[in-house]
Amino acid sequence: FAGLADVSISEDIPVEGEITVPVGSRSPDEDYSTLDEPVRDTIMRDLKAVGKKFVHVMYPKKSSALLRDWDLWGPLVLCVSLALMLQGGSADSKDDGGPQFAEVFVIIWFGAVVITLNSKLLGGTISFFQSLCVLGYCVLPLTVAMLVCRLVLLAGSGTVSFVIRLIVVVAMFGWSTLASTAFLADSQPPNRKALVVYPIFLFYFVISWMILTFTPQ
Amino acid sequence: IASLVMYLFAEFDDAANLLAANPDATTISIDEPVEIPKNQHGRLPEPGREEDDELLGTDDSDKTELLAGQKKSAPFWTFEYYQTFFDVDTYQVLDRIKGSVFPVPGKNFVRLYIRSNPDLYGPFWICATLVFTIAVSGNLSNFFIHLGKPTYHYVPEFRKVSIAATTIYAYAWLVPLALWGFLMWRNSKVMNIVSYSFLEIVCVYGYSLFIYIPTAILWIIPQKVVRWVLVMFSLCLSGSVLVMTFWPAVRDDNRRIALATVVTIVLLHALLAVGCLAYFFDAPEMDFPAPIIPAHNGTTVITKSQ
Repeated sequence: FAGLADVSISEDIPVEGEITVPVGSRSPDEDYSTLDEPVRDTIMRDLKAVGKKFVHVMYPKKSSALLRDWDLWGPLVLCVSLALMLQGGSADSKDDGGPQFAEVFVIIWFGAVVITLNSKLLGGTISFFQSLCVLGYCVLPLTVAMLVCRLVLLAGSGTVSFVIRLIVVVAMFGWSTLASTAFLADSQPPNRKALVVYPIFLFYFVISWMILTFTPQ
Repeated sequence: IASLVMYLFAEFDDAANLLAANPDATTISIDEPVEIPKNQHGRLPEPGREEDDELLGTDDSDKTELLAGQKKSAPFWTFEYYQTFFDVDTYQVLDRIKGSVFPVPGKNFVRLYIRSNPDLYGPFWICATLVFTIAVSGNLSNFFIHLGKPTYHYVPEFRKVSIAATTIYAYAWLVPLALWGFLMWRNSKVMNIVSYSFLEIVCVYGYSLFIYIPTAILWIIPQKVVRWVLVMFSLCLSGSVLVMTFWPAVRDDNRRIALATVVTIVLLHALLAVGCLAYFFDAPEMDFPAPIIPAHNGTTVITKSQ
């Protein structure tokens, strides 16, 4: 820095600016307010966030709320409830039954991870957990379909009930795929969109197949 | 540009050699500077040589050398390294699938479609699709075959998905590994002109499994003849792609070893198809004429076969 010894600021250039220390806008007692608030408030805040995302999935518009504030509570709840509802079929006694709880769990989570890795490897710009969040939340229509199927099966298991179940499952499968594509497609390079959408289609197809082939004991 | 100029010089050399060997051959002047290689070779009266060059892909080996040097420069522990294996566009994947289903005689799948850009997208997702297609089709086919029988209770047979997945992924990764190891070993003994990298072999095998997806869907038809015709047809198509890919790699070897290698490749491919058909799809039953069993008290009991 030897060369700077003879640098001087000339007198006629005014130096101006502001020297202020930014004061924290929050008062100190707000820092630990989330610890002091009642437990009900904490839980309701998270539940409201999850509920808002459910609404976004059912009416998929291009909003960034799902992507920005990702959380995995919703996918966990959906996955567990779907896996629970798929139990109680003809799986319990024989080997060749429906999927076990662990199998459903693994398929959903491992499938979502693989699809996320696939879209990232193809050059997508979405982050890992955001993609997991979207794929998990878009299982909601299929969970609703599973609920409807179980209710229809309570009434009977003939051809009519099968046709109703088929229509419901196909409609919900289409809804899931369209909803997740609406959220995920924008972050992909344009000439690889089909390469990213196809695994999502396969993923929801497998889940729909598990729902449709559920037969009660 | 440099590779193009070198290619043109190579063309002049070829033409000069051929003219020296065969003075009566007609020569064709090259007007257009950019020409697809196979058109050039098509005009020269040497069918054996042009087939060799097509299969070996020596005409664009310069380009592939240049391209190979630019790829895969990231170290293997970074994410970018693995991104180089997914550097394909939609139309490229569709082209490769088309190339695996319609074998063009004389064209090498690796040289024509892969061109030193092997991808892992195709093999992985084709295998995944095949796993679920076989499981779903097998389940559907069994349902239709046993429909109407009073003792039949439908089960989703989910266990078979894991078995299908293990089999197909093992075939798609272990067989290329074994083949690559075998080719490397033979390469050290006999100087082969053509050698494939491990990923290119995985790529060829992955794409060659595509034909089994529509075959598995058509296997739902519960007719034995139809199923076996489908097996033969798909085996011919994808088997010929495999044979045309690997024949140039073993051709310079000992004749018996070369033949044994190619036969093994086709046999393993056939074994996969037949094994899947036998395990996942129940045999369509035929109605036997009811046997008449005379009972002790003289009345006859007719039993139906289930």
